[in-house]
Amino acid sequence: MSIRRLAKEQPASFAFSKDTMAKAKWWISKYPEARKQSAVIPILWLVQKQEGWVSEPALRAIAELCGMEYVRVYEVATFYTMFQLEPVGRVLVQVCGTTPCMLRGANELMAVCKEKIGHKDHMSADGWFTWQEVECLGACCNAPMAQINDYYYEDLTPESLGQILDDFRAGKKPWPGSYAGRHSSEPAGGALTLTDPKLYDGSLAKPVKLPNLPVPEKA
Amino acid sequence: MPIAKVNGVEVEFEPGMTVLQVAERAGEEIPRFCYHERLSIAGNCRMCLVEVKPGPPKPQASCALPAAEGQEIFTNTPMVKKAREGVMEFLLINHPLDCPICDQGGECDLQDQAMGYGRDGSRYQENKRAVEEKYMGPTIKTIMTRCIQCTRCVRFVSEVAGTPEIGMIARGEDAEITTYLEHALTSELSGNVNDLCPVGALTHRPWAFNYRPWELSKTETIDVMDAMGANIRADSRGPEVMRVLPRTNDAINEEWLSDKSRYAVDGLMRQRLDRPYVRVGGKLKEATWAEALGAVADVLHGVAPERIGVIAGDLQDAESMKAAMDLFRSMGVKNIDCRQDGAAIGGGARGGYLFNTTIAGIEQADAILMIGANPRLEAPLLNARIRKSWLWGNLKVGVIGERVELTYPYEYLGFGPATLKAASRNAFAEVMKNAKAPAVIVGMGALARPDGGAILKQAADLAAKFGVIREGWNGFNVLHTAAARVGGLDMGFLPGEGGLSAPEIVAAAGRGELDAVVLLGADEIDTSALGKAFVTYIGTHGDAGAHRADVVLPGAAYTEKPGIYVNTEGRVQIAERVVFPKGEAKEDWAILRALSERLGKTLPYDTLADLRHALINDHPTFGQVDYVVGPATGLDLGKLGGKGDIADEPFASPVRDFYLTNPIARASVTMAECSAIRSKAPALAAE
Repeated sequence: MSIRRLAKEQPASFAFSKDTMAKAKWWISKYPEARKQSAVIPILWLVQKQEGWVSEPALRAIAELCGMEYVRVYEVATFYTMFQLEPVGRVLVQVCGTTPCMLRGANELMAVCKEKIGHKDHMSADGWFTWQEVECLGACCNAPMAQINDYYYEDLTPESLGQILDDFRAGKKPWPGSYAGRHSSEPAGGALTLTDPKLYDGSLAKPVKLPNLPVPEKA
Repeated sequence: MPIAKVNGVEVEFEPGMTVLQVAERAGEEIPRFCYHERLSIAGNCRMCLVEVKPGPPKPQASCALPAAEGQEIFTNTPMVKKAREGVMEFLLINHPLDCPICDQGGECDLQDQAMGYGRDGSRYQENKRAVEEKYMGPTIKTIMTRCIQCTRCVRFVSEVAGTPEIGMIARGEDAEITTYLEHALTSELSGNVNDLCPVGALTHRPWAFNYRPWELSKTETIDVMDAMGANIRADSRGPEVMRVLPRTNDAINEEWLSDKSRYAVDGLMRQRLDRPYVRVGGKLKEATWAEALGAVADVLHGVAPERIGVIAGDLQDAESMKAAMDLFRSMGVKNIDCRQDGAAIGGGARGGYLFNTTIAGIEQADAILMIGANPRLEAPLLNARIRKSWLWGNLKVGVIGERVELTYPYEYLGFGPATLKAASRNAFAEVMKNAKAPAVIVGMGALARPDGGAILKQAADLAAKFGVIREGWNGFNVLHTAAARVGGLDMGFLPGEGGLSAPEIVAAAGRGELDAVVLLGADEIDTSALGKAFVTYIGTHGDAGAHRADVVLPGAAYTEKPGIYVNTEGRVQIAERVVFPKGEAKEDWAILRALSERLGKTLPYDTLADLRHALINDHPTFGQVDYVVGPATGLDLGKLGGKGDIADEPFASPVRDFYLTNPIARASVTMAECSAIRSKAPALAAE
């Protein structure tokens, strides 16, 4: 993680879209009037959804909406690494580089990104891609993986990631999920435990005696 | 009261106290960086670790741990020592070893505590982190690599100053303290963050690299930049006051100080009048004392007393005003006035012009109505008190006057006399009537105008309707802006029977009805309007008064003479001499004493002690040092003020530019810079 700063070039202004504003109002309405700053993180998310990143005018607009000081929103936006403080490409590739993914080949995935997109944390010249290395995204069973925009792409290989990026560039929408044929995070070669068919035909069923049930009083 | 044991010694404590406070009560010193008794508890530096039983077998942060009955607290066990040494080692990992070039050196909490808990070497092999400097305004110098993220500055500006502009951005190793986009702080109390900083990250920019704390002589004295009478310690080296720091006084300034009181001291070395001048052929020429005093005496001898006017300024000590008053009264002069702003106060009961609730007492008020007062500019420390009361209580504030940012919300009622007239019937009147401790603060914005007397009457009537004076409570307050004013009013430095007030003196001089005007440090009058009158200026700085003067008699500034000042609540305080007057300048009372001899009306005192004796003899209140009457003042609100028509002009605070209200501040480079930055709209810092 590098030092997080606001982008050097900032837009002149920011305006909430009608949709964003409606959602922001819904979040604010969840909290008491005097505590409406509690909605700042959801609203930062909404703004990032609208613009792709969080600009300085947007920080001020959010502060005014939530009745906070500018510096308080600035603190929150710089604290959480999921808020993009610089413009990102249409396709944001976040490659997990934490230990399980690293052991399963995340470094090779990053090499692919570097080759196809360019430097880490920099938008590609055509404005299509930005790639980042992120910390654990919680999908270690399907390592290595990457989050592309809103979805997880799992069990990646350099080839499959390359194909996915090419598909995005071609305007297609590659399907998220496992690229090793898995349904979710079950063992890769099929189930190794709980394989006895009797478990599923009801033959092992018997009354269960719970250990701490109260003893019924005798009449 | 519950009892806890500290290192085996039983200590009583009040419920709600923290372990740290209990240990302090037992006389144990707990090292700390982030904890400060006047700020909220952060608990993030971990330096105050202690061992507590019963509890988990690990060190606990004592600043954030509530003390409990029967608790055993240990502050000197091997576990505590080891834990603190660990914390210190972590703090020093990224702290630069630049004490020899650091302005905090010698008065640095980290330096001191590293003596107790630091290792002699470092085990750290990696790169130290470096942090870019931040711009926070003309009063704060930042070397952010030294920052240990205690967040005292963040908490001070959000809680006490009420301008939440400093924050901690990013996280972990990259965490940095900054203002939003490096704007200058907009607080009048910004200098206090430099005092609060336990390391050298925030230091006093105006004094950077000017001194080492151990080479300064320290003198405890009184501030005169506003009417609060804040307690200060002026540190000097040779002839120069190097810096001014607050002294703790819970009745007045707690332990804060406004930027003007603190940083205007460089004005004491600039624009100084260090020798007498006499105007010859339209130009001020250097003269000897004998020539200058002779010139004044020659003129005053030949002028009828009713054609002489005397005005005392905002920074005068009581002794010099007493000397001037005695001298000119003995000559039969009636046109003397200490209210150079023309405020319609004084003359009657003392409670009629005092801040009767007292500065500390205002925290008890649950409803405050401000009439033509802007405490943020006129008395920033009082404003911080009111903010504190709003923050921790249910204070409601209503304002008649300018719509300004006060650092707490208020109900805006209107801009001027029309609102005041109807103020007993508006919505806020109900709040005032139902309040347990209502207070009215009348500012100079309402009183320092031609119809001030009538406005004072209306304000007093309104206060009476609200019942602000009741058993044990006096909620009628006049907020002064000048350190000299209450002292002047207490001794009756006011026009005699048929005499002229300050604005009338200026006007009469302009019309040629006065032949001689004596300005005792009075620079805030329109000196260009004095017409052909012979002007004698006794003062310290080459400001408006000296420029118009025909004879300049150089006096001593507040740091250069012992003097008595009375603050806005009527508290008499004695300032001490820090350094000697500049050049040939003399203490003001001595100048007047010398002049009296030339005029053949020799004043009956030869020493300052004699003068003080006479002052206290004639006006016993001056003898009650550091005493404040407070609610006990017997005050008849019905007798205040006068009659007359009221013009429907908006109330406007006399403090138009907070940083430039007196000759010392106007001579200060720092104040000029602050003023220039404040007058601009907040702009982005230069890249």
